[in-house]
Amino acid sequence: MIQRIKNLLSVFWRIFNSPSGYFSLGFLTVGGFIGGVLFWGGFNTAMEATNTERFCISCHEMRANVYEEIQPTIHFTNRSGVRAVCSDCHVPHDWTDKIARKMQASKEVWGKIFGTINTREKFLDHRLEMASREWRRFEANDSLECRNCHDEDAMDFTRQSSRAADAHRRGLINGDATCITCHKGIAHELPDMAGVEGWE
Amino acid sequence: MRTITTAIAIAVLAISLGVLAQEGELDALRGHVPLLEERTPEPLYDVVNDDQRRVRAYPMQPPTIPHKIDNYQVDLNANRCMSCHSRQRVGDTQAPMISVTHYMDRDGNFLAELSPRRYFCNQCHVPQTEAPLTVENRFVDIAEILRQPRETEE
Repeated sequence: MIQRIKNLLSVFWRIFNSPSGYFSLGFLTVGGFIGGVLFWGGFNTAMEATNTERFCISCHEMRANVYEEIQPTIHFTNRSGVRAVCSDCHVPHDWTDKIARKMQASKEVWGKIFGTINTREKFLDHRLEMASREWRRFEANDSLECRNCHDEDAMDFTRQSSRAADAHRRGLINGDATCITCHKGIAHELPDMAGVEGWE
Repeated sequence: MRTITTAIAIAVLAISLGVLAQEGELDALRGHVPLLEERTPEPLYDVVNDDQRRVRAYPMQPPTIPHKIDNYQVDLNANRCMSCHSRQRVGDTQAPMISVTHYMDRDGNFLAELSPRRYFCNQCHVPQTEAPLTVENRFVDIAEILRQPRETEE
Protein backbone atom coordinates (compact mmCIF):
# COMPACT_ATOMS: atom_id res chain seq x y z
CA MET A 1 0.00 0.00 0.00
CA ILE A 2 2.68 2.49 1.05
CA GLN A 3 4.74 1.38 -1.97
CA ARG A 4 1.84 2.21 -4.28
CA ILE A 5 1.39 5.69 -2.78
CA LYS A 6 5.13 6.24 -3.16
CA ASN A 7 4.96 5.21 -6.82
CA LEU A 8 2.03 7.51 -7.44
CA LEU A 9 3.82 10.43 -5.78
CA SER A 10 7.01 9.83 -7.77
CA VAL A 11 5.03 9.77 -11.05
CA PHE A 12 3.37 13.02 -10.10
CA TRP A 13 6.71 14.56 -9.13
CA ARG A 14 8.27 13.52 -12.43
CA ILE A 15 5.50 15.25 -14.41
CA PHE A 16 5.56 18.29 -12.14
CA ASN A 17 9.36 18.60 -12.29
CA SER A 18 9.89 18.15 -16.06
CA PRO A 19 9.75 21.13 -18.46
CA SER A 20 6.63 21.61 -20.54
CA GLY A 21 6.73 19.84 -23.88
CA TYR A 22 3.57 21.37 -25.39
CA PHE A 23 2.95 24.91 -24.08
CA SER A 24 4.99 27.96 -24.93
CA LEU A 25 6.79 29.87 -22.19
CA GLY A 26 4.63 32.90 -22.99
CA PHE A 27 1.41 30.94 -22.53
CA LEU A 28 2.64 29.53 -19.24
CA THR A 29 3.73 32.87 -17.74
CA VAL A 30 0.81 34.98 -19.01
CA GLY A 31 -1.67 32.16 -18.35
CA GLY A 32 -0.24 31.66 -14.89
CA PHE A 33 -0.51 35.39 -14.20
CA ILE A 34 -4.13 35.62 -15.37
CA GLY A 35 -5.02 32.42 -13.54
CA GLY A 36 -3.41 33.80 -10.39
CA VAL A 37 -5.32 37.09 -10.60
CA LEU A 38 -8.61 35.24 -11.16
CA PHE A 39 -7.95 32.87 -8.28
CA TRP A 40 -6.89 35.61 -5.87
CA GLY A 41 -9.72 37.95 -6.83
CA GLY A 42 -12.27 35.16 -6.62
CA PHE A 43 -10.95 34.00 -3.29
CA ASN A 44 -11.08 37.46 -1.72
CA THR A 45 -14.48 38.26 -3.20
CA ALA A 46 -15.89 35.02 -1.81
CA MET A 47 -14.35 35.73 1.57
CA GLU A 48 -15.72 39.28 1.64
CA ALA A 49 -19.13 37.86 0.77
CA THR A 50 -18.98 35.85 4.01
CA ASN A 51 -18.28 39.11 5.83
CA THR A 52 -21.59 40.79 4.98
CA GLU A 53 -24.53 41.16 7.31
CA ARG A 54 -26.75 39.53 4.69
CA PHE A 55 -24.62 36.40 4.79
CA CYS A 56 -24.64 36.23 8.61
CA ILE A 57 -28.39 36.60 8.98
CA SER A 58 -29.15 34.20 6.16
CA CYS A 59 -29.09 31.59 8.96
CA HIS A 60 -32.02 31.75 11.36
CA GLU A 61 -29.68 31.15 14.32
CA MET A 62 -28.20 34.60 13.81
CA ARG A 63 -31.30 36.34 12.46
CA ALA A 64 -33.64 35.26 15.24
CA ASN A 65 -31.27 35.76 18.17
CA VAL A 66 -28.31 38.10 17.97
CA TYR A 67 -29.60 40.18 15.05
CA GLU A 68 -32.86 40.85 16.87
CA GLU A 69 -30.94 41.91 19.94
CA ILE A 70 -28.56 44.36 18.30
CA GLN A 71 -31.35 46.38 16.72
CA PRO A 72 -32.25 48.62 19.70
CA THR A 73 -28.61 49.18 20.62
CA ILE A 74 -26.47 52.19 19.72
CA HIS A 75 -24.43 50.22 17.21
CA PHE A 76 -27.51 49.66 15.05
CA THR A 77 -29.89 52.54 15.77
CA ASN A 78 -28.38 55.97 16.26
CA ARG A 79 -28.66 59.60 15.24
CA SER A 80 -25.67 59.68 12.89
CA GLY A 81 -26.61 56.64 10.82
CA VAL A 82 -23.30 54.84 11.18
CA ARG A 83 -23.88 51.17 11.70
CA ALA A 84 -21.57 48.40 12.81
CA VAL A 85 -22.38 45.10 11.12
CA CYS A 86 -21.54 41.64 12.46
CA SER A 87 -18.10 41.36 10.88
CA ASP A 88 -16.98 44.79 12.11
CA CYS A 89 -16.81 43.40 15.63
CA HIS A 90 -16.54 39.66 15.15
CA VAL A 91 -13.97 39.36 12.35
CA PRO A 92 -10.48 40.88 12.56
CA HIS A 93 -9.76 43.36 9.77
CA ASP A 94 -6.12 42.35 9.15
CA TRP A 95 -5.77 39.74 6.46
CA THR A 96 -3.79 37.06 8.35
CA ASP A 97 -5.96 37.38 11.46
CA LYS A 98 -9.04 37.30 9.28
CA ILE A 99 -7.94 34.04 7.63
CA ALA A 100 -7.21 32.55 11.05
CA ARG A 101 -10.69 33.55 12.27
CA LYS A 102 -12.32 32.19 9.10
CA MET A 103 -10.61 28.85 9.65
CA GLN A 104 -11.89 28.75 13.22
CA ALA A 105 -15.32 29.52 11.84
CA SER A 106 -15.37 26.14 10.11
CA LYS A 107 -16.38 24.86 13.56
CA GLU A 108 -19.44 27.08 13.28
CA VAL A 109 -20.34 25.39 9.99
CA TRP A 110 -20.19 22.10 11.89
CA GLY A 111 -22.53 23.57 14.50
CA LYS A 112 -24.90 24.74 11.78
CA ILE A 113 -25.00 21.31 10.09
CA PHE A 114 -25.67 19.47 13.34
CA GLY A 115 -28.07 22.09 14.73
CA THR A 116 -26.13 22.89 17.90
CA ILE A 117 -28.08 26.13 18.48
CA ASN A 118 -31.02 25.70 16.13
CA THR A 119 -33.67 26.58 18.72
CA ARG A 120 -33.91 29.54 21.12
CA GLU A 121 -33.53 27.19 24.09
CA LYS A 122 -30.38 25.60 22.73
CA PHE A 123 -29.04 29.03 21.89
CA LEU A 124 -29.59 30.25 25.44
CA ASP A 125 -27.97 27.09 26.82
CA HIS A 126 -24.84 27.81 24.80
CA ARG A 127 -24.88 31.58 25.21
CA LEU A 128 -22.44 31.81 28.13
CA GLU A 129 -19.98 29.53 26.36
CA MET A 130 -20.18 31.51 23.12
CA ALA A 131 -20.06 34.89 24.85
CA SER A 132 -17.09 33.84 27.00
CA ARG A 133 -15.23 32.86 23.86
CA GLU A 134 -15.75 36.32 22.38
CA TRP A 135 -14.81 38.03 25.66
CA ARG A 136 -11.59 36.00 25.80
CA ARG A 137 -10.79 36.92 22.21
CA PHE A 138 -11.33 40.62 22.90
CA GLU A 139 -9.28 40.46 26.11
CA ALA A 140 -6.47 38.74 24.22
CA ASN A 141 -6.28 41.21 21.33
CA ASP A 142 -6.87 44.30 23.52
CA SER A 143 -10.34 44.83 22.02
CA LEU A 144 -8.87 45.30 18.57
CA GLU A 145 -12.24 45.27 16.81
CA CYS A 146 -13.56 48.06 19.06
CA ARG A 147 -10.43 50.06 18.36
CA ASN A 148 -10.92 49.84 14.62
CA CYS A 149 -13.42 52.65 15.19
CA HIS A 150 -12.95 53.81 18.81
CA ASP A 151 -9.37 54.96 19.26
CA GLU A 152 -8.51 56.06 22.79
CA ASP A 153 -5.99 58.57 21.39
CA ALA A 154 -8.83 60.15 19.45
CA MET A 155 -11.24 60.31 22.39
CA ASP A 156 -12.03 63.78 23.67
CA PHE A 157 -12.61 63.12 27.35
CA THR A 158 -14.01 66.60 27.85
CA ARG A 159 -16.89 65.66 25.55
CA GLN A 160 -17.69 62.59 27.62
CA SER A 161 -19.80 62.66 30.77
CA SER A 162 -17.59 63.05 33.84
CA ARG A 163 -18.49 59.55 34.94
CA ALA A 164 -17.36 58.08 31.62
CA ALA A 165 -14.21 60.22 31.49
CA ASP A 166 -13.22 59.14 35.01
CA ALA A 167 -13.81 55.48 34.25
CA HIS A 168 -11.82 55.70 31.01
CA ARG A 169 -8.96 57.49 32.74
CA ARG A 170 -8.86 54.89 35.50
CA GLY A 171 -9.29 51.75 33.40
CA LEU A 172 -8.33 52.44 29.82
CA ILE A 173 -5.48 54.95 30.17
CA ASN A 174 -3.88 53.28 33.18
CA GLY A 175 -4.14 50.11 31.18
CA ASP A 176 -5.70 47.65 33.66
CA ALA A 177 -8.77 47.30 31.49
CA THR A 178 -9.60 46.96 27.84
CA CYS A 179 -12.92 47.95 26.27
CA ILE A 180 -14.62 44.60 26.80
CA THR A 181 -13.73 44.51 30.52
CA CYS A 182 -16.55 46.95 31.21
CA HIS A 183 -18.59 47.04 28.00
CA LYS A 184 -19.86 43.46 27.98
CA GLY A 185 -23.34 43.13 26.53
CA ILE A 186 -23.01 46.38 24.56
CA ALA A 187 -24.59 44.89 21.45
CA HIS A 188 -26.29 41.66 22.56
CA GLU A 189 -28.09 40.44 25.64
CA LEU A 190 -25.97 39.00 28.41
CA PRO A 191 -26.00 35.35 29.52
CA ASP A 192 -26.35 34.46 33.20
CA MET A 193 -23.53 36.58 34.64
CA ALA A 194 -23.28 34.80 38.00
CA GLY A 195 -19.61 34.06 38.53
CA VAL A 196 -18.34 36.35 35.77
CA GLU A 197 -15.61 38.69 37.02
CA GLY A 198 -16.93 42.18 37.62
CA TRP A 199 -20.55 41.06 37.93
CA GLU A 200 -20.58 39.83 41.54
CA MET B 1 -84.33 45.27 36.00
CA ARG B 2 -81.26 44.52 33.93
CA THR B 3 -82.18 47.02 31.21
CA ILE B 4 -82.74 49.74 33.80
CA THR B 5 -79.28 49.20 35.31
CA THR B 6 -77.70 49.28 31.87
CA ALA B 7 -79.57 52.43 30.96
CA ILE B 8 -78.46 54.17 34.17
CA ALA B 9 -74.86 53.09 33.60
CA ILE B 10 -74.88 54.43 30.05
CA ALA B 11 -76.45 57.69 31.18
CA VAL B 12 -73.83 58.17 33.92
CA LEU B 13 -71.03 57.41 31.49
CA ALA B 14 -72.40 59.82 28.89
CA ILE B 15 -72.79 62.64 31.43
CA SER B 16 -69.31 62.15 32.88
CA LEU B 17 -67.82 62.04 29.39
CA GLY B 18 -69.64 65.27 28.58
CA VAL B 19 -68.35 66.92 31.75
CA LEU B 20 -64.82 65.74 31.08
CA ALA B 21 -64.95 66.97 27.50
CA GLN B 22 -66.12 70.38 28.66
CA GLU B 23 -63.62 70.76 31.45
CA GLY B 24 -60.54 69.76 29.47
CA GLU B 25 -58.49 71.75 31.94
CA LEU B 26 -58.96 69.05 34.53
CA ASP B 27 -56.56 66.85 32.62
CA ALA B 28 -53.30 68.73 32.45
CA LEU B 29 -51.43 65.65 31.28
CA ARG B 30 -53.45 65.66 28.06
CA GLY B 31 -52.40 69.22 27.46
CA HIS B 32 -55.95 70.70 27.59
CA VAL B 33 -56.93 68.93 24.40
CA PRO B 34 -60.54 67.70 24.17
CA LEU B 35 -60.92 63.95 24.44
CA LEU B 36 -61.99 63.42 20.88
CA GLU B 37 -59.14 65.38 19.36
CA GLU B 38 -55.73 63.93 18.79
CA ARG B 39 -52.92 65.68 20.54
CA THR B 40 -49.58 66.45 18.88
CA PRO B 41 -47.14 64.37 20.87
CA GLU B 42 -44.36 66.14 22.73
CA PRO B 43 -40.82 65.61 21.50
CA LEU B 44 -38.71 63.00 23.25
CA TYR B 45 -36.60 64.85 25.78
CA ASP B 46 -32.95 64.07 26.43
CA VAL B 47 -32.07 62.30 29.63
CA VAL B 48 -30.02 64.45 31.99
CA ASN B 49 -26.56 62.89 32.00
CA ASP B 50 -24.52 65.30 34.11
CA ASP B 51 -23.79 62.95 37.05
CA GLN B 52 -24.92 65.61 39.52
CA ARG B 53 -26.90 64.11 42.38
CA ARG B 54 -30.23 65.75 43.16
CA VAL B 55 -32.09 66.46 46.37
CA ARG B 56 -35.47 64.87 46.89
CA ALA B 57 -38.63 66.36 45.42
CA TYR B 58 -41.03 64.77 47.91
CA PRO B 59 -40.69 62.99 51.27
CA MET B 60 -39.21 59.48 51.13
CA GLN B 61 -38.25 59.90 47.47
CA PRO B 62 -35.77 57.30 46.24
CA PRO B 63 -32.71 59.06 44.76
CA THR B 64 -33.06 59.72 41.03
CA ILE B 65 -30.51 58.46 38.53
CA PRO B 66 -28.24 61.26 37.27
CA HIS B 67 -27.14 59.46 34.11
CA LYS B 68 -28.42 57.66 31.03
CA ILE B 69 -29.48 54.06 31.40
CA ASP B 70 -30.29 53.27 27.76
CA ASN B 71 -30.33 49.52 27.12
CA TYR B 72 -29.20 48.68 30.64
CA GLN B 73 -30.03 45.01 31.10
CA VAL B 74 -31.79 44.22 34.37
CA ASP B 75 -33.28 40.76 34.18
CA LEU B 76 -32.85 37.21 35.37
CA ASN B 77 -29.40 36.94 33.82
CA ALA B 78 -27.70 40.20 34.61
CA ASN B 79 -28.16 43.45 36.52
CA ARG B 80 -26.24 46.24 34.81
CA CYS B 81 -26.87 48.69 37.65
CA MET B 82 -25.35 46.34 40.20
CA SER B 83 -22.24 45.90 38.08
CA CYS B 84 -21.27 49.35 39.39
CA HIS B 85 -23.43 50.10 42.45
CA SER B 86 -23.15 46.82 44.36
CA ARG B 87 -21.13 46.65 47.58
CA GLN B 88 -18.36 44.63 45.92
CA ARG B 89 -18.05 46.85 42.85
CA VAL B 90 -18.03 50.41 44.22
CA GLY B 91 -14.29 50.27 44.92
CA ASP B 92 -13.50 49.72 41.28
CA THR B 93 -16.19 51.94 39.83
CA GLN B 94 -16.41 54.75 42.44
CA ALA B 95 -20.18 54.69 42.03
CA PRO B 96 -22.35 55.38 45.09
CA MET B 97 -23.17 52.14 46.92
CA ILE B 98 -26.79 51.11 47.19
CA SER B 99 -28.12 51.59 50.71
CA VAL B 100 -27.72 48.82 53.30
CA THR B 101 -31.49 48.50 53.45
CA HIS B 102 -31.25 46.90 50.01
CA TYR B 103 -29.33 44.03 51.61
CA MET B 104 -32.12 43.38 54.11
CA ASP B 105 -35.24 41.32 53.82
CA ARG B 106 -38.56 42.83 54.88
CA ASP B 107 -38.10 41.57 58.43
CA GLY B 108 -34.84 43.47 58.78
CA ASN B 109 -32.55 40.44 58.56
CA PHE B 110 -29.30 41.08 56.74
CA LEU B 111 -28.63 39.12 53.57
CA ALA B 112 -25.35 38.46 51.80
CA GLU B 113 -26.77 39.65 48.50
CA LEU B 114 -29.16 42.22 47.14
CA SER B 115 -32.64 41.44 48.38
CA PRO B 116 -34.80 39.98 45.60
CA ARG B 117 -37.55 42.49 46.32
CA ARG B 118 -35.06 45.29 45.55
CA TYR B 119 -33.67 43.68 42.41
CA PHE B 120 -35.46 45.78 39.80
CA CYS B 121 -33.84 49.17 40.39
CA ASN B 122 -36.18 50.98 37.97
CA GLN B 123 -39.21 50.28 40.10
CA CYS B 124 -38.05 53.13 42.34
CA HIS B 125 -35.03 54.82 40.78
CA VAL B 126 -35.52 56.66 37.51
CA PRO B 127 -33.50 59.00 35.29
CA GLN B 128 -34.78 62.54 34.67
CA THR B 129 -35.34 64.36 31.40
CA GLU B 130 -35.26 68.03 30.40
CA ALA B 131 -39.04 68.05 29.94
CA PRO B 132 -40.87 71.14 31.24
CA LEU B 133 -42.85 70.50 34.42
CA THR B 134 -46.52 69.71 33.88
CA VAL B 135 -47.34 70.45 37.49
CA GLU B 136 -45.32 72.73 39.71
CA ASN B 137 -43.79 71.15 42.80
CA ARG B 138 -44.32 73.08 46.04
CA PHE B 139 -42.48 70.62 48.25
CA VAL B 140 -40.46 72.22 51.05
CA ASP B 141 -37.95 70.14 52.91
CA ILE B 142 -38.58 69.63 56.63
CA ALA B 143 -35.20 71.19 57.42
CA GLU B 144 -36.32 74.33 55.60
CA ILE B 145 -39.58 74.48 57.54
CA LEU B 146 -37.74 74.10 60.87
CA ARG B 147 -35.39 76.91 59.92
CA GLN B 148 -38.21 79.37 59.28
CA PRO B 149 -38.73 81.91 62.08
CA ARG B 150 -41.49 81.16 64.58
CA GLU B 151 -43.47 84.39 64.17
CA THR B 152 -44.60 83.52 60.66
CA GLU B 153 -46.69 80.76 62.16
CA GLU B 154 -48.35 82.97 64.78
